[in-house]
Amino acid sequence: MNNFFHELRKYPSVIASLILISFLIGVSIYAITTIPYEEAKRLWRGGEEIWYTNPRQAAPEWINWFSKNKQAVSFSLRTTNPGVSRTILTEENGNSEIIFSIPFDYQYDSFPQELMIYFSSTFTAKQPYADVTLITPDGREIHLNNFALINRQTYRLSQDDRLTRWLRNDNVLQALFRDPQVETPTPLKGSYSVVISAYTFEANSTVDVELVMHGTLAGWAGTDHLRRDLSVALLWGTPIALAFGLLAALGTTFTTMVIAAIGAWYRGWLDELIQRVTEINLVLPFLPLLLMIGTFHSRSIWVILGATILLNIFGGAIKTNRAIFLQIKESPYIEAARVYNASDIRIILRYLTPRLIPTLIPQLVTLIPTYVFIEASLAVLGLGDPELPTWGKVINDAFVNSAPYQGLYYWMLEPAVMLIITSLAFAMLGFSLDRIFNPRLRQI
Amino acid sequence: METSNATPPTLSIRDLRVWFELRRWGFGHVGDVRAVDGISFEIRPGEAAAVVGESGCGKSSLMKTILGLYKPRTGSVYFSGEDIHAQGRKSIHAYRANVGYVQQDPFAALPAFMNVWQILEEPLIIAGGHNKANRQDRIRQVLEEVKIHPIEDFLPKYPHMLSGGQLQRIVIARAMILKPRVIIADEPVSMLDASVRVEILRLLRGLQQSHNLSFIYITHDLSTVKYFSEYIFVMYAGKLVEKAPIGRMLRNSSHPYTQALLSATSDPEAMNARVYKEVPSGEPPSLVNPPPGCRFHPRCSKCIHGLCDVQDPPEIHLTPQHQVACWLYSQR
Repeated sequence: MNNFFHELRKYPSVIASLILISFLIGVSIYAITTIPYEEAKRLWRGGEEIWYTNPRQAAPEWINWFSKNKQAVSFSLRTTNPGVSRTILTEENGNSEIIFSIPFDYQYDSFPQELMIYFSSTFTAKQPYADVTLITPDGREIHLNNFALINRQTYRLSQDDRLTRWLRNDNVLQALFRDPQVETPTPLKGSYSVVISAYTFEANSTVDVELVMHGTLAGWAGTDHLRRDLSVALLWGTPIALAFGLLAALGTTFTTMVIAAIGAWYRGWLDELIQRVTEINLVLPFLPLLLMIGTFHSRSIWVILGATILLNIFGGAIKTNRAIFLQIKESPYIEAARVYNASDIRIILRYLTPRLIPTLIPQLVTLIPTYVFIEASLAVLGLGDPELPTWGKVINDAFVNSAPYQGLYYWMLEPAVMLIITSLAFAMLGFSLDRIFNPRLRQI
Repeated sequence: METSNATPPTLSIRDLRVWFELRRWGFGHVGDVRAVDGISFEIRPGEAAAVVGESGCGKSSLMKTILGLYKPRTGSVYFSGEDIHAQGRKSIHAYRANVGYVQQDPFAALPAFMNVWQILEEPLIIAGGHNKANRQDRIRQVLEEVKIHPIEDFLPKYPHMLSGGQLQRIVIARAMILKPRVIIADEPVSMLDASVRVEILRLLRGLQQSHNLSFIYITHDLSTVKYFSEYIFVMYAGKLVEKAPIGRMLRNSSHPYTQALLSATSDPEAMNARVYKEVPSGEPPSLVNPPPGCRFHPRCSKCIHGLCDVQDPPEIHLTPQHQVACWLYSQR
């Protein structure tokens, strides 16, 4: 065993692949521990109430690292955030004035898409009243609007007609954030502040606010057309892809081996049957069959996994494994086992199959990305599990929403990169293991 | 030997024929390979018999039939008077529990993925009736018998870590582990270095005598036989041509084939370099279409035309224990 690890160290590709695989495993563990499975499904089902803080189709934040022209990054500020202040002035008659001061720093070279204030208030008969003011870095106080509040209310600056008329600009946010000293529209950088004065007219009436700015960038992974954060799919896609690949590879390799061993050991009609079934199965087109199952039966990942394993058990490996078993079967040690009465099952499982394990392990490792790709292909073709966030599904969404034509490359490339990392890692490991287990390949 | 000993034979083989069918296109019978064609002999407890013959004479088929791996066409193998095929699988399994098998190539006879402990434990597990402590005791005991020491060092080792001689001792230990009454050894030393051959043969002989085993020793090498056996059976083209106790066989061999075989045996002696040895020309006959009459007649220098090439020779008792199948002795 020690020798084996010593041997492994001689191959840089093994080190590289192990690093990549541990990265993927780390991501999986992180995803599973931080976002529980049900939570991941709920987030991916999406909806405005979950993802309202995100803009649609926003590129990831790290785009700014590679560009001189810094784009606005989305954020949301609640009263619980540090820096946000809430002052309550209560009068004797039960009326009170609540002053929210929400400061934020704006250091970007582009204008935000949208600024929104989400009000939530409680009252019994008398509606609270709010007054919204924006304070720019150069000290101008711009009174935006005032209105009576209902329980839940959203104030979108870009849709405020009064503001449009008053600012004489269709693009409200450009008018508010531009530097008045400069001719061409350029954002004024510095500390802005939104001040909201809310008035309540009942003893138990409360008001809370949340300021949301939609920039052109959001999160480390960006968002899709449904405002969903792609990080959910990238993170949760990892354990799903690895589990699918590993289960399918394990399921097919070992059952194939045992079936080939049974055929080679018993020969006769059983062997003939296995061979004919294999030949028929080899002729059947695998992906179209999976597509049919996905279209007409079920798109559940478990059904697809089961179908993948079933259709691959009687694969070409039956033939190669059988050829090796036919040779091993005649070994003197098998004959000896027969003489001490080892049963057929025992010979197959304890004497025949262990001889194949060294060649099987590299095969198994290289098979993992194949199955990961099959799952992703199905999702890309629109037959992914409807509930789960997977890489293939993200690519499918990007494709359906014509991401490449809109220049939204991150949308397609992020899941694609994850797929490439997976296949690269396992392929490199598989090839290196093959060279270690089968030393004759080394000279070639 | 049928008359000299009153104890019943452990193993008796009666008119054994092992024919392999030749087919064309997967069906259509075109003939048989007569690997073993009418062999009978008996072995009593404590006796060792060597089956000698050149390669292709059917030795291995005979051995595998005795082990119950091949089913004979006619005749059968009787263990303690019972036909081993009488009740199919069940009787064969019961019989095999009493048979140890020592193979030719120790490098291939042991599974490379098991260590010595596992190799020796397997027969005990399969035979059943042993708990872990019993198995451990039996493994130690048998390793002591084959003179492997220190035992503890060997138990976790894998076959590739051991030398040929050590491997063959493990093979013998495996054959002995179920306390068999019969040992069948198929050229047990032919793959070993000359230096360890004698040691292994002495070990086998010692085990055979101390446990009062019946022993069938199959070889093509007459020079190793003298370490070993009470009897020599000479096999040619599927038949036993001569059966005799070892002393008589070496001094008084009667069949022309036996004489040729003995003269061809090389002994490292300076004199031998100057002696012309008469070796029969030609090759062993085809087992599909054996020659009519005596199967050795095409190569025999003493062939009697019109007799040897027409009629099968009868089995002639020269002494009660010495039988030969040859026309030369029929007139006496």
